[in-house]
Parts: sequence; structure tokens; C-alpha cells
Amino acid sequence: MISFTEIFSEFTALLAGPDPDLLEIVFLSLKVSLTATLLACLAGLPLGALLAMTKFRGKWMLTVLVNTLMGMPPVVLGLMVYLLLSRSGPMGFLQLLYTPAAMIIAQTALVLPIVTALTRQLIEDSWKDYREPLQSLCVTPMGCVRTLLWDNRVSLLTISLAGFSRAISEVGAVIVVGGNIDHLTRVMTTAIALETSKGDLALALALGFILLFIALFVNAIVYGVRARVA
Amino acid sequence: MNRLLPLNISNVHFDVDKRQLLHAVNLRLSSNGISVIMGHNGAGKSLLLRCMHGLLQPTAGSITWADLGAELLETRLQQAMVFQKPLMLNRTVAANIYYVLKQRGKSPDLCQSILATAGLEKKTKQSAKSLSGGEQQRLAIARAIATDPAVLFLDEPTANLDPQATRQIEAQIIDASRQNIKIIMVTHDIAQARRIAGEIIFMHQGTLTEHSNARRFFDQPQSDAARDYLSAYIN
Repeated sequence: MISFTEIFSEFTALLAGPDPDLLEIVFLSLKVSLTATLLACLAGLPLGALLAMTKFRGKWMLTVLVNTLMGMPPVVLGLMVYLLLSRSGPMGFLQLLYTPAAMIIAQTALVLPIVTALTRQLIEDSWKDYREPLQSLCVTPMGCVRTLLWDNRVSLLTISLAGFSRAISEVGAVIVVGGNIDHLTRVMTTAIALETSKGDLALALALGFILLFIALFVNAIVYGVRARVA
Repeated sequence: MNRLLPLNISNVHFDVDKRQLLHAVNLRLSSNGISVIMGHNGAGKSLLLRCMHGLLQPTAGSITWADLGAELLETRLQQAMVFQKPLMLNRTVAANIYYVLKQRGKSPDLCQSILATAGLEKKTKQSAKSLSGGEQQRLAIARAIATDPAVLFLDEPTANLDPQATRQIEAQIIDASRQNIKIIMVTHDIAQARRIAGEIIFMHQGTLTEHSNARRFFDQPQSDAARDYLSAYIN
């Protein structure tokens, strides 16, 4: 049984003298998850807004599908991306498997439905108030999308944060497509999984606290930006 | 002469789920000034306003502005509408004006003078959502006027406002009318209609029952529905 003293001493040791390996893992985690969140937001925000503001056949089916994909198990998604990127897969020629790029693709696919679904709901609610005034001003459809996204920027920041939290905390997808290769694709969550399997629970938990600390730091920055914008 | 007049509404019907919300409405507006649409709740006033502005398409009949269809972009670009609950864009007061100036390709330098006419020149950097109800409505009207419309639609612009705010809005409306902007406005406030209306369009159960000079309407209403409506107010 491990004690809190043990975890705390591991944690302080990691913080006091951060070794280059740990820093490399932290930076790769941030690089992969932030890039994936950014890509998911670039696609998901306008997609969610368009889904909210347009009428077309089968819209409800697409909405239900996107909402369902929010609950996609990361390991299943990782497996699908794996099949896509494996040598015999349709995108195998890109040779991305077991690279950070593959991890970014997997996490983008994981975060995209979250950003799209939450944006759709937010914009759909706003659109009820904005539709007639913007139509009265003869604003173009893309102008309406831009206006709604900008006016809901504070809430959208929170949605982006939810996407980032999902990305930085998942392990299933990145371990399948990244392989947890030391100095190449090892991130915080896969390192925690590895240390747990090795039985070094104190180190695993200490790494977990660092992950929480990073999430707290990112949340604090976003909260500050939110307060400033609001 | 107003560039969009005359307005011709010919045998307009608007049905929803087999219910006739507008029934055989015929109307011609050819002069500038303030036309006020009155009637009980559910009479079809706001619906008619939206059809005139091209936001809704009638089920049957036609609406033309100076021989142009109401739904045409060319027509709608020369109109503006202010809603009962004004939409405040989630940005500063000045940015709300910049937004429409940019939409219409006008110079942002006009912003300050537009806000001055609405008495909001000292609140340019304030968030539009933090304004009082009266100030928000004044900003909404100023924003609508910033598009340089030939026709301005107002859907109960002073509902839920106190008397002072109401008078300020009325002054803004009269001022717009003097700038050769045709005003078509819905209101439930009979005292307000008496103060500012040039002519009254009276709706009852989806039908236009009266269209006359405001003084004549209040002194000698022709239809039973209008008499009932006015007597309810007096009583």
C-alpha cells in the first residue's frame, strides 16, 4: 500500500528537479492535445454553427449521430484511426502510425464531436434571437455564422476547454495509434499507464497530479481570458 | 418622395396549419409619415409587418414596394426593422453601430454622430448588453437608421418601457420620420398612437378592417371592432 507521503515526495521530487525526460513528456502531451483541440475547434465551431442554423433533410439524424459520437470510447476511436493509418489501411502510405501526428489525428477525431455538438446546441439557442434581426439586415449566411460565433465567444471558449480536457486526459486512443514509444510518442497519460503496469504507483500518481496541475493551469488562463472578454 | 413608396399589398393571405392568420389583406401606402398598425393580440399586426419586410412569405397574394417584390434583396436592403425585444450584439455600443456600417459598406467615422443622435455618445465603450431597456431600444433604432433605410419597421418598440424612455423613443421615431424615412409601426399604446401616428391601420382577426387618417380613426372609428378596441381603452 502506498502512502500519501510517498506520493507527495515523488511529486515534489518531480517538480523540484524536473528531468528532461519528464519535460519532454509534458511538452509532447501539451503539443498533441493543444494541436488536436485547435484543429477540432477550427472545424467543429463553424460546423456546429452551420448545423444549428441550416435546415436540410436528415438534419436530426446528423445531430443524433454527432451527439452519440461524443460518447465514443477513445480506445475504439484509436482502433479506427489505427486501421486507417496502418500499412494496409487506406491512408497507410502516409506512414503516420506511431508518430505524434497519428496521436493528433486520433485526438482531433475524439474532440471534434464534442466541440461540434456543444456548439450546435449553443448556437441553436442563440439563433432563435439572432435569426430575424440578422435576416432583416440581409447578413449573408457565412456572416451570420461569424456573428454568432463571435457573440458567443465566451461560451465557446468553455466548450474548447471541455475539448482540451477530453484530449489531455484520454489514454486509449493515443496508446493505440502512438504506441507509447519512449522519446517519441510517450505522453502523460500513457506514462501513467506504463508506471501503473510496472507497479510504481507512487510515480504514476505523482504524474497524475502533474497532469491535473497542467489542466488547472490551462483552466486558470482560460478563466482569466473569459473574465477579461466578458 | 420616398424611393420605396408606394407599398401595394394585394389580397394577402397567410395560413399556418390551415389556420388563416392573415385573410385577404389589401393596403396601399403612398405617403411618408408614421403609419401605426393597431389591433388586439393575435390580430396579425406583427405578422403583417414581417410580410411587408419580406421576412415571411405570404401564402397567397402579393406585396410590392415601388413595383419591387418585398422579398427581393434590393427591396430589403432599403428597409430596416426594430423588434420588440431588441437584439444587442455581444460587443460594445460603438461596435453595434460599426457592425451595420460595415455590413452596408459605410464609413465607420459616422458612428459617433449616429450615437449622438440617440444620446448614447458617452456610452460608446460600454457593453451594449449592460444598457438599460430604453437605451437598448434607442441603440437598436440608431443602428437601424445607420443603414440609411427608406422604410423603418418598428414592432412595439416601447413595450415595457417607462414613460420617460417611451418619450425618448418617440422623439427618435419622429426625428427619423422627418428625415424622409417612412415609419410603419405596431403598438398597443393608444395614447402613443394618438401622439405620433399620421394614419392608422386597424387589424382584427387577421383582416384589415380600417385604414384611415389617425384623427378620423380616433374620433369616428368606422368598424365595430375598432370601436370596441377604443372603448375598452377609454373604459
